[in-house]
Amino acid sequence: MTVETIVFYLFAALTVFAGLRVITARNPMHAVLFLVLAFVASAGIWMLLEAEFLAITLVLVYVGAVMVLFLFVVMMLDINLVRLREGFWRWFPVGLLLAGLMVFQMIWVLGGMDGISGIEPVKHAADYSNTKELGRLIYTDYVYAFELAAVLLLIAMVAAIALTLRRRKDAKSQVVGRQIAVKRNDRVRIVSVPAEPKQPVVTE
Amino acid sequence: MMELLQTLEQTGLELLGPFWMPVWTVIKIFAIVLPVMGGVAYLTLAERKILGFMQLRPGPNRVGYWGLLQPLADGIKLLLKELIIPAEANKFLFVAAPVLALAPALAAWAVIPFGEGMVIADVNAGLLYLLAMTSLGVYGIIIAGWASNSKYAFLGALRSSAQIVSYELAMGFALVCVLLAAQSMNVGDIVRGQNNGYGLMGWYFIPLFPMFVVYFIAGVAETNRAPFDLAEDESAIVAGFHTEYSGMGFALFFLAEYANMILIAALTTVMFLGGWLSPVPFLPDSIVWMLAKMSFMLFLFLWFRATFPRYRYDQLMRLGWKVFIPLTLVWVVVVAAWMQTPYWLW
Amino acid sequence: MSKLVKFFKSFLLLELLKGMSVTGRYFFARHITVEYPEEKTPQGFRFRGLHAQRRYANGEERCIACKLCEAVCPALAIKIEVAEREDGSRRTSLYDIDLTKCIFCGFCEESCPVDAIVETRVFEYHGENRGDLYYTKSMLLANGDKHEAQIARDRLADAQYR
Repeated sequence: MTVETIVFYLFAALTVFAGLRVITARNPMHAVLFLVLAFVASAGIWMLLEAEFLAITLVLVYVGAVMVLFLFVVMMLDINLVRLREGFWRWFPVGLLLAGLMVFQMIWVLGGMDGISGIEPVKHAADYSNTKELGRLIYTDYVYAFELAAVLLLIAMVAAIALTLRRRKDAKSQVVGRQIAVKRNDRVRIVSVPAEPKQPVVTE
Repeated sequence: MMELLQTLEQTGLELLGPFWMPVWTVIKIFAIVLPVMGGVAYLTLAERKILGFMQLRPGPNRVGYWGLLQPLADGIKLLLKELIIPAEANKFLFVAAPVLALAPALAAWAVIPFGEGMVIADVNAGLLYLLAMTSLGVYGIIIAGWASNSKYAFLGALRSSAQIVSYELAMGFALVCVLLAAQSMNVGDIVRGQNNGYGLMGWYFIPLFPMFVVYFIAGVAETNRAPFDLAEDESAIVAGFHTEYSGMGFALFFLAEYANMILIAALTTVMFLGGWLSPVPFLPDSIVWMLAKMSFMLFLFLWFRATFPRYRYDQLMRLGWKVFIPLTLVWVVVVAAWMQTPYWLW
Repeated sequence: MSKLVKFFKSFLLLELLKGMSVTGRYFFARHITVEYPEEKTPQGFRFRGLHAQRRYANGEERCIACKLCEAVCPALAIKIEVAEREDGSRRTSLYDIDLTKCIFCGFCEESCPVDAIVETRVFEYHGENRGDLYYTKSMLLANGDKHEAQIARDRLADAQYR
């Protein structure tokens, strides 16, 4: 049992525990936070595999951005747990079926690779740059797949904006660009008013 | 100095053998965290003094000579204050939030080099690590806002999370320009890449000047400092996310904010101002330059606070999304194209 | 053209730099704070601070218990009870000012026909217990005795404007 194995089991146990709590936590806010924990723990596992680029990107993108938006949404929801649980048992068989299907798929795919458990990760020297290797692969061997994924994401983004963009005619909005372009002369007019001649003070 | 450190490391290795590694790492961590904490304490004093001077008043000058013991007095006061947990607040998260805010701010220091070889962890993906760590700081704020069970804290948390996610993008793209120029994600290599023998002229802030400005402004926004301090907008939402915190909880948020400021100053120094490199070729490179440049950036933070009024929220979002992100995207392309021409001198 | 100039002006952050140059200049300017316990701002002779009751030069108290001050006090801080003294003169048996209610408007001083109740220049006083700021007649008279010289000088200086 080396130190690495111990650390691996630590992270693995943490990931499994956090994953379980994601689906069992009653408070949706807690569920999201456990999901964050699961991401961090799996980033730790990737770090053990010397995939530091993927590990840090996982933290950066998923923990740092995606989950923040998740929290943002979950915080603002007023979730009625009782109503959510109403149809639980009615839909339980469907869920079970889907879950079973997914497990089956995973076994099918992973089982096809013979001896997956026997493969040791390749050890590299300290100056080996995981990032450089990944970049080289993505931009040479897998460039089409990469570009395809990028276009797909772009389409998703454009679609999301197009679906939610509604221009209300009666809505009044401020145009910040024009506001900050305002100069003093646009708002202030200096008018010179001639001084009136002084009235003599009336004394009794 | 480096020889002294090496002999220390050697003797330690002989004394403790395999156990020396963790001990040495802990020593190195303390060697960074303690000065950072001291820096935070005196940054608060510096802020109050500088703001005071800019407003024609002397600032704190009662506790100790020139107010030099003021941070100590403030620390003791905050330590002795009662920690109040609001009714129906989520106790665990309420207590955990300040820690979550402070931890990433300190963890990021691991990859920042203060001099040639003076770094805790010289990792290849250092820049990514920094981006990841700075993006984690927002959790403390969000969780604090949610766990407080208070509408002001909640609004502050919402504002802060949207703001930080927006400005992180601009910050990330600005750093992409830096790593294009340096062709490395190792923070030490980035600094070494700025050494072309002509001192000041080799630093990246010259070819990447717009990115330097964008990065620093985004850094100000990322640390929730004026004029982007909408997360603690006292005229609108009391104190924002830390409305309900008192005593040490509040102190930890305070520490996190100032530690983040120092971190952003250090990052700007390393990325754009040549880290520990000397600005003129005839003076030796040393940690003194690094500290001097960081101090200058920190002074800018305080100068901004003394000068600019707070942004309106929609203006803040516009600046992030409609000005900074297009500008950084364009400059990435410009730098990439520029580097292909013979006119790239860096 | 002017649009282009505007665009570059906003991009070069000229206005921000202008603002920073102002604060930068003030950074080196002499500060104007009066550092209180060592330095004090000048006071006018109409300064309205802690109350006092005055006496005539022969030691007789001035107050004739007319109750005008009690009537005019907008904060209802003054409480007066009247009794006849052995020599038959009309005097107060009780004259209390609750300084926690007082707003230091100076109306009592203005209304007093005999210049008995006055406000002194004393503003550095405090109370450590509840009731410490409830001044009774004897305390007010003691105040008057203590600061009589200053009070007399201030009344004299003010007299030419009346």
